[in-house]
Amino acid sequence: MTDVNMELNINPKEQQFISAKSYLLTASTDTGLNLYDHLSRVLTKVLDERPNNVVDIFEDVSKDSKRSKFTSDVDTVRDKLDQSTEVALAKVQEKLFAKEGGEDNEPEESEELETPLPNIMELCFFFEQAGIGLNREEMIRVWLALKNLVDTHALSHVRFWGKMFGTEQNYYIAEVEYRDGDEEEEEEEEPEEQQEEEATDKDGDEEGEEEQEEDDTPKPDFKPPPEIPKEENKTGTNKKTYFVCNDPGKPWTKLPAVTPAQIQSARLIKKFFTGRLDAPVVSYPPFPGNEINYLRAQIARISAGTHVSPMGFYQFEEDEEEVDDEDEEEEREEPDEPEPEVGPPLLTPLSEDAEIGNLPPWTPKVSSKLIPQYAISVLQSNLWPGAHAFAAGKKFENVYIGYGHKYNMDNYNPPQTAPIQEEFPSGPEITEAEDPTVEEENALRNAQQEAAEAAEEMEEAEEEEDDEDN
Amino acid sequence: MDSEGLHLNIDYVGSSGIILSPEQKAALQTSLVILKNSGKFHRVYFWGKILGVKDDYFIAQGVGRDEMENRKTFYSKDCVHWGLLPPATKAMREQSKLAQGRFTGDPSYEFEHTEQKKSEDGEEAGEEETKSKMRFSTATGELEGLNETTITIKEEDRLSSVIAEIDEDVKIVPRSAFIKTPDGKINANRSFEGLSVSESAKLCSYMHFRDAICLQEKSLLQKANLDKAIDFMDTLEEDIPKGSWSLQFERGSGLVTLRSLLWLGYVFYHVPGTHMYGSCYVGNGEKNLDLPFML
Repeated sequence: MTDVNMELNINPKEQQFISAKSYLLTASTDTGLNLYDHLSRVLTKVLDERPNNVVDIFEDVSKDSKRSKFTSDVDTVRDKLDQSTEVALAKVQEKLFAKEGGEDNEPEESEELETPLPNIMELCFFFEQAGIGLNREEMIRVWLALKNLVDTHALSHVRFWGKMFGTEQNYYIAEVEYRDGDEEEEEEEEPEEQQEEEATDKDGDEEGEEEQEEDDTPKPDFKPPPEIPKEENKTGTNKKTYFVCNDPGKPWTKLPAVTPAQIQSARLIKKFFTGRLDAPVVSYPPFPGNEINYLRAQIARISAGTHVSPMGFYQFEEDEEEVDDEDEEEEREEPDEPEPEVGPPLLTPLSEDAEIGNLPPWTPKVSSKLIPQYAISVLQSNLWPGAHAFAAGKKFENVYIGYGHKYNMDNYNPPQTAPIQEEFPSGPEITEAEDPTVEEENALRNAQQEAAEAAEEMEEAEEEEDDEDN
Repeated sequence: MDSEGLHLNIDYVGSSGIILSPEQKAALQTSLVILKNSGKFHRVYFWGKILGVKDDYFIAQGVGRDEMENRKTFYSKDCVHWGLLPPATKAMREQSKLAQGRFTGDPSYEFEHTEQKKSEDGEEAGEEETKSKMRFSTATGELEGLNETTITIKEEDRLSSVIAEIDEDVKIVPRSAFIKTPDGKINANRSFEGLSVSESAKLCSYMHFRDAICLQEKSLLQKANLDKAIDFMDTLEEDIPKGSWSLQFERGSGLVTLRSLLWLGYVFYHVPGTHMYGSCYVGNGEKNLDLPFML
């Protein structure tokens, strides 16, 4: 080789250069790359992009360049997977933005009808000033979803109640009031407690058959709590109906009416929502229903406890048909007999709320300390963290954003389980005694024989005496 | 979350109910810049808010180059003036666990905690009955011979301890967002391009931003697959109880949100495919000890 070079008049320096370059051009046996091409690629990239402090990330640039050589540009499977969820949701939400009908027809009709839809953007502005609520884009989507709800059902009043977080999905909740006469009837289900009673009686009967004795089997002490009569439809806690959806744009599901038994149970348990309405609520004491009922029960409790309005906003009318908004319920222990639970009367001022420990139940705030003239007042509940209310002049609104649990200073204690039921009362009839042994039996028989003989002798002796006498 | 671009980043956690009023955002943008300058920090993070009964605390953290070592915590009540919080020592943290209830909102407030020590026998000298802030009446005859010691805990100390505890329990970062250099320093990874959508759906792609606790207990087989520069922290999969994190996708797969169920109010967000991520805590500052019952 050197002879050839000498012949071509290449000086040693150039010869070193050629050998170095050819070394750099040797392809790696593992990957097929060669260092020369790799370095030139990396340096081109660096000179094109000119990142800061490139020497610190030089290794990463080099690695990226190597990695990109191997991934194919056509990766259909991966692309499809990534886009599907995002695109699917976007398409669902796109429907929210679709307008109905032609634009010419709309202005005339909308002037006549009073839309039950609240002006959410205005509320959103106030919420933002107060530092509570959801961000603007999400509120717009919620608003459009509410508009959808209004269009599909005949409602007189619609309100965004709030958002409940769940472990897998969240709930957006709308509070509605149906227009009179347009309600949908709800099916009545047989109360489950009656079935329970029947079941326990059956068990008692079975025990009796097994015993085959005339003694009464012990009746189970368990008396199911007397069935609490449901409130009349559309009154009390069921005055408003609630709809939920997992995401704005997804279909709205109507929540069933809440029963007093569910509210009672909901007070005793503390569970996270999962986000699926049909999920079972596994708890002690067993909650009568699924997550859909638990959600409804918590909504009822929160509404009763935290819906407030500025003093004087609502008045009792003489016919009392338009009394709105229930206020606090004081938590009381349940008496054994089903007396109807009575909370404080409607429109009780907040100052009479019960304190939690030594914590005031509400925290009032002002939205801006720097510009107090235009500030709005904000109320945050300490009993139900996440419940907020704001008031600005004549406008006010309540909203709940949170996990749906009450604030508890001490930790949650699950209620005690019921005492174990008594078995069959012990008595001589069923007490076990040892069987007499063979010796004892013999002894007994001997004793009996002796007694019998003695008795016979006695009789014989008497007869003889009688005979002698006679 | 990073204070630069706070007004944009706060939108990411908006769906968890965390929003700042425009006035607060404007004040924060100004004051955090000043804080960064005066403290000579590499970065300043808006850590979150701790809600007190009367007032809220805004918390910010300034970090140097090595984000795990030099962290200074500041608090403010009006987003303008910041005060430095004392670093939480172990003793402070133990004491702060005894103070129960909400924060009041007054940094000079002192919680009282009464401890009773039985001084009768040698065995019982070690027993302590801790009662809560409400003192039980001394009408019971058992209290004869008991010494009551009252410990006062300042709200500032409690605040600092709670922040340190939250950081240790739930502060998370995506995997490979931080790199451990061979000399032990931890730096942000400049070429972090984000997790892919499928990666961001798994809990093991997120790591606790603290010194590793469970890492040493892993089997050699598991450790063989780890990359020492990236996997020097615990992942979320080892968290007990399982299910204490709620991972949700918003906007389809455009944003992934992790909410902690142990400290209610801690939210971590990440936009898959980009290097945007951050976290924020807005809550009472109380641990959710009922978590096992609630799952």
